[in-house]
Amino acid sequence: MPALFRRVAEKDRKTIHLFVDGHEIEALEGDTVLVAVLTRTGRLRHNEFDNAPRAGFCLMGACQDCWVWTEDGTQLRACSTTAQPGMRITTTEVPWLTNL
Amino acid sequence: MTAYPTNRMQADVIIVGGGFMGAATAFFLRRQGLSVILLERDLVGQAASGVNFGNVRRQSRYLGQLPLANRSRDIWLNMPRLIGEDAEFVMSGHILVTTSEKDGDRLEKYAVDCKPYGLDLTIMTGAQARAKFPMVGPEIRTVSYSPLDGHANPRLAAPAFGRAARRAGARVIENTEVCAITKSAEDFIVETRNGQSFQAPLLQISSGAWGRAMAASFGEDIPFAANGPQMGVTEPLPYRIEPVIGCASSVPEEGVYLRQVKRGNIVFGGGLRSVADIVTKRAPIDPLNTMRQMPHLARLVPQMARLRIIRTWSGVEGYVGDNLPIMGPSSRVPGLFFAFGFCGHGFQLGPGVGMTMAELIATGRTDIPLEPFHIKRFQ
Amino acid sequence: MADEPVIVIGAGPAGTRAAQRLVQAGLRPVVIDENDRQGGQIYRRQPENFHRAPEKLYGTEAAKASSLHTDFDLLRPHIDYRPGTTVWGVSNEGLMTVRGQDVTIVPFSRVIITSGATDRIMPVPGWTTPGAYSLGAAQIALKAQACAIGRKPVFMGTGPLLYLVAWQYLQAGVKPAAVLDTSALSTRMRGLRRMASRARVVANGVRYMANLARAGVRLHAGITPRAIEGSNNQVSGVVWRDSRGKLRHAACDAVGMGYGLRSETQLADLLKCEFIFDPCFTQWRPHVDRNGRTSRPDVYLAGDGVLLRGADAAEAAGQLAACAVLRDGGHVVADTEFTQLHETLTVMNRFGRGLAEAFPWPAHLARALPDDTVVCRCENITAGEIRRAAGELDAPEMNRAKALTRPGMGRCQGRMCGLAAAEILAAARNVPVREVGRLRTAAPVKPLPLNCTVRS
Ligand SMILES: Cc1cc2nc3c(=O)[nH]c(=O)nc-3n(C[C@H](O)[C@H](O)[C@H](O)COP(=O)(O)OP(=O)(O)OC[C@H]3O[C@@H](n4cnc5c(N)ncnc54)[C@H](O)[C@@H]3O)c2cc1C
Ligand code: FES
Repeated sequence: MPALFRRVAEKDRKTIHLFVDGHEIEALEGDTVLVAVLTRTGRLRHNEFDNAPRAGFCLMGACQDCWVWTEDGTQLRACSTTAQPGMRITTTEVPWLTNL
Repeated sequence: MTAYPTNRMQADVIIVGGGFMGAATAFFLRRQGLSVILLERDLVGQAASGVNFGNVRRQSRYLGQLPLANRSRDIWLNMPRLIGEDAEFVMSGHILVTTSEKDGDRLEKYAVDCKPYGLDLTIMTGAQARAKFPMVGPEIRTVSYSPLDGHANPRLAAPAFGRAARRAGARVIENTEVCAITKSAEDFIVETRNGQSFQAPLLQISSGAWGRAMAASFGEDIPFAANGPQMGVTEPLPYRIEPVIGCASSVPEEGVYLRQVKRGNIVFGGGLRSVADIVTKRAPIDPLNTMRQMPHLARLVPQMARLRIIRTWSGVEGYVGDNLPIMGPSSRVPGLFFAFGFCGHGFQLGPGVGMTMAELIATGRTDIPLEPFHIKRFQ
Repeated sequence: MADEPVIVIGAGPAGTRAAQRLVQAGLRPVVIDENDRQGGQIYRRQPENFHRAPEKLYGTEAAKASSLHTDFDLLRPHIDYRPGTTVWGVSNEGLMTVRGQDVTIVPFSRVIITSGATDRIMPVPGWTTPGAYSLGAAQIALKAQACAIGRKPVFMGTGPLLYLVAWQYLQAGVKPAAVLDTSALSTRMRGLRRMASRARVVANGVRYMANLARAGVRLHAGITPRAIEGSNNQVSGVVWRDSRGKLRHAACDAVGMGYGLRSETQLADLLKCEFIFDPCFTQWRPHVDRNGRTSRPDVYLAGDGVLLRGADAAEAAGQLAACAVLRDGGHVVADTEFTQLHETLTVMNRFGRGLAEAFPWPAHLARALPDDTVVCRCENITAGEIRRAAGELDAPEMNRAKALTRPGMGRCQGRMCGLAAAEILAAARNVPVREVGRLRTAAPVKPLPLNCTVRS
């Protein structure tokens, strides 16, 4: 799945590493989680009802369509959370009562 | 079958208040062949009936109410055939959980006492419960499991009965507030704020938290309060909690409950209530109550702590002094009937109340024991 | 709560100027803002390790942005600034705020709400496909993150932001595949009469259009959107009818869409301020007097969160609301200050009305949306479901429709779909849109973690 976003400036920042669905990706310091993921791939999450992929919409904390799960079962609003090195994002599985 | 007499302002029965009780009574009265006018101030099922938690639970009810609750449950199961929709009713099972020994003893005793009424409960230890319902937390001790109870969508149920009543020939009149009810020699005269007048020899007051004033106007006042249970809902998640889970604690603040709907959201409520205002028709939702619910919800299902709440609300509900509804005939006025003040447990009863009241109004009798709910208990 | 502080919610142009005026009068307001960095939407600041100059970020408005930023930085020692903090509810004791998992109750004597606006959205088939964003999102990606939403975006909708964003993309080296405006040229000319009062702003807009045209970007007016197409779960094209009714298509890999703005009015609603229907913006909004006083004596509103007049007006309105707070609290404020601000805002009001006329909300599109178009993107509720609520289920107004078929039930509480859903409901019932009302707000206004606790 090709990346959605494209960087047009500020490319000389320090790189950081995150994991998306188990794959290591490179992002830049100061990226939001949304930008870190979407400069690498084409989705953030799946809609709960039709299971179609979604990639955020408003980028200003209003639409709530960018909540992503981390592997340890916490959720982040990707457009308003700064990416941290080592974050492990999952876009495929919802880690909720999976141990049952 | 004539739908209603030629004089459209007149019918065999007038029902004041189109909550679940009023809408279901209207529907069943049509099946009894009586003509019905239902007068609703706002929209059918918009008050308590439309905003409640959606519990379709029999266990832990007052034992004398179980025959009515059993009848209601049978109708819940039969709703698609009866009114053409199921209001998302699922027979998911219902568990009451405890964290203290004392509360556990109470559950065990109830499970024995309710048997003769045809309610079969299974008592489990915490470990047994966790084996069957692995989402419940480590603090949970005694659990009472009622496999044949469940939950439904309150936003859909009463409006569905309202539409079914209309299809069956009842006149369902919305946006019409009743402001005075008087009785002439023969008929009740019902006047509305928009200047209309209706009349019928039989009348049911099913105006929820607003019923007390109407009963009082016939000299039958009761101890009564209008309160607002505090509700909320989480974001949607994969459907993994089947049963409704309620805490049977005797400490009010701990008494929270939750259910996951098939779409995935977890609806919750319980704990402290707010004081409702029947004039403004508002029951405040106190955000501090929402905060108070959080740790107790996490005791029932620890993984809930990781979720987010997306909406909270409340609704105006009528509570009678002894926590039992007012249901049955007036003790003073022939032809007058009451079905209001369901004390936070009326949703499950709705269909059964409708059928039973219709029976009572149409035939003068019913097999369902209603004495404990008669208004005369306060005279 | 007379001894309690004055609270300013929002640190954009309106909030900043409000706080500044309060500080001038010797007050120490609490300033609460959801963003980690001050500036609001339009003057949003980039992260600290970014280096682009203000001119690059804010273009012709660079000087205003810089002054707003520096003035705020100077205020810092004199205010109780709480960034990254969301007001999510209202209790008897005060505003409920949350930062991470910490909930704080903030009592107030008076509160000025400057909560801003978001894009006003009219759904179109395919708008939930990855690659479709709001116009505001397209701009934020660029401004705050130095990213484009695609290599070849289409910008579709109406309003001045359409051309501004397209031009900003062009400046950043990303040539838009097309700019599609639902407003016809003749409609825009009509609005122009009122806009003449702010010639500089109009001239800027014209310049953006001219630059885009010169760069070979196709600008289409009077279009009717038909669909955003996708392949492999990404945007691949846009289909529209041109002003002559001909079906047109443009290949693209992203879409930025928006039809003007909608105010964020949730907090005023939770505070029980009275709402009115504003025919100019065809939206419900809190009622305010010309100083920003609401129906509630301790609540004031300013900026796009109540009247959509843009950033310059927001600065004036913020200062004005602060003046009203001060005067109502017994401070002396000269009449001339009020008069001057009123004069400034009179021009802005006229201009705002002109804009609304020149770039009208295309309400008529709601009627034509196919039944299977998703309208509520949270709950995945289609136009057909809203029409079922209107017809078979007989819902006369929005909250009833929401109760029966769920539009607006989701995480965003109808921010994205509410206005369009109201148009669909109104069209289906053949009534004016004001008659179907507005979605009521419920706390929390943004999703609230269940593991938070109250800090005193
Ligand atoms: C938040 C909440 C949670 C609850 N949770 C549960 C639960 O989980 N399980 C359960 O079993 N029960 C629950 N309940 C209780 C249940 O909802 C009620 O007992 C039941 O719905 C009562 O139905 P009703 O028809 O008596 O009242 P209502 O639904 O309140 O209906 C009364 C109707 O009368 C109308 N009316 C009033 N005055 C006039 C007038 N002057 N003229 C015309 N019309 C008038 C009103 O508009 C209203 O529509 C809960 C209640 C609330 C509020
Ligand atoms: S993209 Fe809309 S809230 Fe994040």
